[in-house]
Amino acid sequence: MRPALLRSTPMLSRRIPGRRTRTGKMTPAQQAHAISVQGKFFFLGALLLLLIISAGFIISLGQVPMTVQQVYLTLVTRLIPGGFAVDSMISHVVWHIRMPLITGTVMCGVGLGICGCVMQAVLKNPMASPFTLGVSSGAHFGVSLAAVFGITFLDGPYFLVGNAFICAALCSGFIIALSALRGASSETLILAGIAVNYLFQAANQLLSYIADDEQRTIMSYWGMGSLSDLNWHSLGFLGLICLVCIPFLYRNAWDLNLMTTGDDCAKSMGVDANAVRMAVMVTASLLVAAIVAFTGVIGFVGLVAPHIARIIIGNDHRFLIPASGGIGGALLLIANAVSMNILGGVVIPVGIIMSMLGIPLFLYLIIRGKRREFWS
Amino acid sequence: MINKLTVSDLTFGYTGQDVLHNFSMAIGDGQVVSIVGPNGSGKSTLIKCIDRILDPRSGDVQVDRRDLFKMNRKDAARRIAYVPQNSLRAFAHTVFDVVLMGRRPHLGWKADAQDEGNVWEVLRLLGIEDLALSFFSDLSGGQQQKVLIARALAQETGVLLLDEPTSNLDVWHQIDVMEILRALVRRQRLTAIIAIHDLNMAARYSDRMLMMKQGKILANGMPDDVLTPDNLEAVYGIKATVKRIGDSPFVIPLSRVPANSRGRMG
Repeated sequence: MRPALLRSTPMLSRRIPGRRTRTGKMTPAQQAHAISVQGKFFFLGALLLLLIISAGFIISLGQVPMTVQQVYLTLVTRLIPGGFAVDSMISHVVWHIRMPLITGTVMCGVGLGICGCVMQAVLKNPMASPFTLGVSSGAHFGVSLAAVFGITFLDGPYFLVGNAFICAALCSGFIIALSALRGASSETLILAGIAVNYLFQAANQLLSYIADDEQRTIMSYWGMGSLSDLNWHSLGFLGLICLVCIPFLYRNAWDLNLMTTGDDCAKSMGVDANAVRMAVMVTASLLVAAIVAFTGVIGFVGLVAPHIARIIIGNDHRFLIPASGGIGGALLLIANAVSMNILGGVVIPVGIIMSMLGIPLFLYLIIRGKRREFWS
Repeated sequence: MINKLTVSDLTFGYTGQDVLHNFSMAIGDGQVVSIVGPNGSGKSTLIKCIDRILDPRSGDVQVDRRDLFKMNRKDAARRIAYVPQNSLRAFAHTVFDVVLMGRRPHLGWKADAQDEGNVWEVLRLLGIEDLALSFFSDLSGGQQQKVLIARALAQETGVLLLDEPTSNLDVWHQIDVMEILRALVRRQRLTAIIAIHDLNMAARYSDRMLMMKQGKILANGMPDDVLTPDNLEAVYGIKATVKRIGDSPFVIPLSRVPANSRGRMG
């Protein structure tokens, strides 16, 4: 009975160590491998749980006092109306102010973490981040255009967001197109990215030079990165882009594994390395452009989250992509909680807190984590 | 004899001069074939063109009479596998994960139990099962080379292409790798095409040798017929004695021929 049951559910049977295989008992090496795979699933599960629990805790922090229990009750009541009696003020704060903020924070963190991870893989460079292809300086340029000359692509409340998104997408599109002329190697992409970044930075400085004080304040405030403008409408748009881009990136996990061993190897195993690199670059840049348009530059999370994930879970992108996303989400969630609560009512832009907290952590990891070279 | 692999009129050049010009060859089934020649003679380029790592300007390659350049990459990767020199850059992977990559041309999205079983089988065949969870970058050169051969085997192709599999290895590991290759070719009826510098290693383990110079084959046949003092002088510009030790010829280089008397600059 039991063996038959196991055979009919292959997903289940594979996760049970010591299972008898067709060829007999598992060897010690096979058992060790099975345990390490289980460990990775366990880590991903724990990360998800941690995100959900800490999100509930962080929502309860702030100027309006409430308990974690009230937070969850409010959310349940939203889903099943009339289930519990909830204070209407608390309900309003949780659902209309804090919930979109927290959801958006996690979404941005996940997106930036995943984009950093895939960029590092296709560029074969541990220094790559979501902003390697000039998304940040492009978006900044879009904001500067709107602030100084009033040039906008969209009307209405989202004119800054529209400018940032379109300029960011144009900037990385320009870099990708440039390097496509030269065969799209990772070196060309990185060099073109750095060069165009400098170009747009110069343009930003020029605009900042001729701007008046008020315009300059808009520009520099945007550059600090802030999550406080997120609401359910902007989340709808962000969520849609995430829903399209993230599954596509994850579908390439195998090809990314192969590409980290070099283009020659990847090609010899049937992966069209240049085509995959292009597709991943375009998708990731689109996702990052959308995130940056709403939040400004929160750069560091996209560099550090994949590296923390690599140290914990290794370089298999089937696990690494979700782990990078989860860690990115958690980091940004923590940074956001600190930025909202450390100075009482004053909110510090989260980009600043992210760097101040994240960089010491990252430095600690690269100094202490010498046990294994995860890139060489 | 059945031709496993034929190359016809292959032309490839980086910029300017062609490295290979109208290059043709035919290789039989179940053989170890060495390609030897001086630096820059086009050995590695030829191997990379056959495997479509480089894009030749013209010509075609057939495996089992099917045109490799007209398939998509995945189909091609099920027929021909490539073993690079033992250097993988970038991120660290475990040995198991590296060998599992070889299953990629056979996979949909997921690796199932059968693919993993296949990887274990290959690891056992090469006697490196214990290393499965070690990191590739922590291994010695000889072990790394074996892992890369295992990966190519996991690809389950009829043809293996190897680029300098014995360079950077000590003598024990050189013999080890060559013995493994010959045993695999015999037992699994593979065809191995090896670009190699070491003439004596090549002579000892090959059924056939091709000697290349400036993108052309200058000699082609059994090791005894290829490794002659005349050929060595014409291709490498050296005076050499060729002895017979055991079953194979053995080259003892004596001196180089002055460049001006060879009619080309070394």
